[in-house]
Amino acid sequence: MARAVTTQRKTLTTALAWGVGLLIFFPILWTILTSFKTEAQAIANPPIFLNFDWTLENYAIVQERSDYMRFLWNSVILAGGSTLLGIIIAVPAAWSMAFVPSKRTKDILLWMLSTKMLPAVGVLYPIYLLFIELGLLDSRAGLVIVLMLINLPIIVWMLYTYFREIPGEILEAARMDGATLKEELLYILTPMAIPGIASTVLLNFILAWNEAFWTLNLTAVDAAPLTAFIASYSSPEGLFFAKLSAASTMAIAPILILGWFSQKQLVRGLTFGAVK
Amino acid sequence: MGRIQLKDVTKSFGDVQVIPPLNLTIEDGEFTVFVGPSGCGKSTLLRLIAGLEDITSGVIEINGEDATDVVPARRGLAMVFQSYALYPHMSVRKNIAFPLRMAKMGQDEIDKRVTAAAEVLNLTDYLDRRPGQLSGGQRQRVAIGRAIVREPAAFLFDEPLSNLDAALRVGMRMEISELHKKLDTTMIYVTHDQVEAMTMADKIVVLQAGNIEQVGSPLELYQRPRNTFVAGFIGSPKMNLISGAEAAKYDAATIGIRPEHIDLSETEGPWKGVVGVSEHLGSDTFFHIQCDFSDEPLTVRASGELTLEYGATVHLTPRAEYLHRFDAEGLRIE
Repeated sequence: MARAVTTQRKTLTTALAWGVGLLIFFPILWTILTSFKTEAQAIANPPIFLNFDWTLENYAIVQERSDYMRFLWNSVILAGGSTLLGIIIAVPAAWSMAFVPSKRTKDILLWMLSTKMLPAVGVLYPIYLLFIELGLLDSRAGLVIVLMLINLPIIVWMLYTYFREIPGEILEAARMDGATLKEELLYILTPMAIPGIASTVLLNFILAWNEAFWTLNLTAVDAAPLTAFIASYSSPEGLFFAKLSAASTMAIAPILILGWFSQKQLVRGLTFGAVK
Repeated sequence: MGRIQLKDVTKSFGDVQVIPPLNLTIEDGEFTVFVGPSGCGKSTLLRLIAGLEDITSGVIEINGEDATDVVPARRGLAMVFQSYALYPHMSVRKNIAFPLRMAKMGQDEIDKRVTAAAEVLNLTDYLDRRPGQLSGGQRQRVAIGRAIVREPAAFLFDEPLSNLDAALRVGMRMEISELHKKLDTTMIYVTHDQVEAMTMADKIVVLQAGNIEQVGSPLELYQRPRNTFVAGFIGSPKMNLISGAEAAKYDAATIGIRPEHIDLSETEGPWKGVVGVSEHLGSDTFFHIQCDFSDEPLTVRASGELTLEYGATVHLTPRAEYLHRFDAEGLRIE
């Protein structure tokens, strides 16, 4: 009896989970499907689901009209650079919070997170002026710094949670064994926290890749990443849904593939501490 | 060389003083055990010596040099932790080699020392395994191996055997004592287990609430405990402590007599009591005997063959030469 109920419930939850999953994935699926339609079919009413003339012409046009590789390369540099820089800054920060906490550590962590509550547009003006002043507008370096700063709280938080799981005695042992602070971080803490660091890197790479507000506002040509590439197709030229979809698909494909292969790490990273 | 001196050392956590001013000298080559109930400050004291905690005031000298503000890595001390604290991502070989690598020693010398240490500790077959693949006793030996390769001025052990099962603990106790004889290096060993303290130490430091209650050799502590705390803490089973009218007969506030220093008779003796629980260990039997002058039953050791009925009446005679007397403050009266 009990068993029957459990099985039934399991089936139900599974179905529900699939339902929610598909619902969330649907816009992405629709974008991908639309990218293979003609412009006319893309806006057909009622919408056509699968029964259309599959075509690659949108991709050909997009490829012809803009330099995809340049945008892709900028995206890689911005996402990769900001994540790497963030990790380098966050490892020592999280180390000190996890292993030599003070009375204010919890407050600092919350305060750092609270900066994420501010709408980005609230600081657009000062940052924009700073960028002009420093000559960072439309530069990769400037964008790397801004993206690093906006994701830093999350990186520190994630690493902090991971580091807390590492027994302090092991670090003390390293200190007794003659390791300097640098050696302790390099040879003991970092290798032990590799799974945690990996999922932090992945998540922040994805966040930086998808970041659109700052990348759109602070770049024009030279530093423009894939978000700008997509945006350039939603222009006043008119509604070209199929081409816009093709551009979007091209922009999200690399990160989608990366995410697919690193699912396990990502899920572990996001649920860490909650389930263990 | 490993002479360690603590001069007026104190430690406070916030407003709470866990170590009141404390003076102690540990001679070179000595096996010193810090023993006391949990929370007595013995581990804190060890961590102060290691440098893992900063002292609040006072001076720590190692080999006559002020080490108070020296970082742990530069004190020349090696520590074995309760949890072993092995590096889980390194093989046994790399674990043992780690302190040598940190000392920037040449690879040939490192290999030589690791091989030698592994031989001493029977770890040769396990050098390429990870700590996770070892048993508790083996992990313990790796932790010791990591400590000995450096040839430190002194070894610090923080309750190293408390995670092992009873049989293994006796074996490792012997191994550590053996190691001390072989290396002749200063060792400071923290434990709450007075049996470990008695069996291993050259010198025992009994601590309570951060205070040193007594320092002495195991036999000194056993024969002449300075106060009732040490009297009750050292020795197994515990010394019988009797206060009140019976103690007054001996001109003391409290008298103490060890279970092995009471003679038991069915017919005569100054103390009359009723037999309670008997513990038969084979070699000895411990009887818990309720006397009318004491709230708690007295523990009495008798030969292993002796059997007494529960509830039987017996007579006890404390051996006068082994009777300990303490005043109202709990201090020993000579």
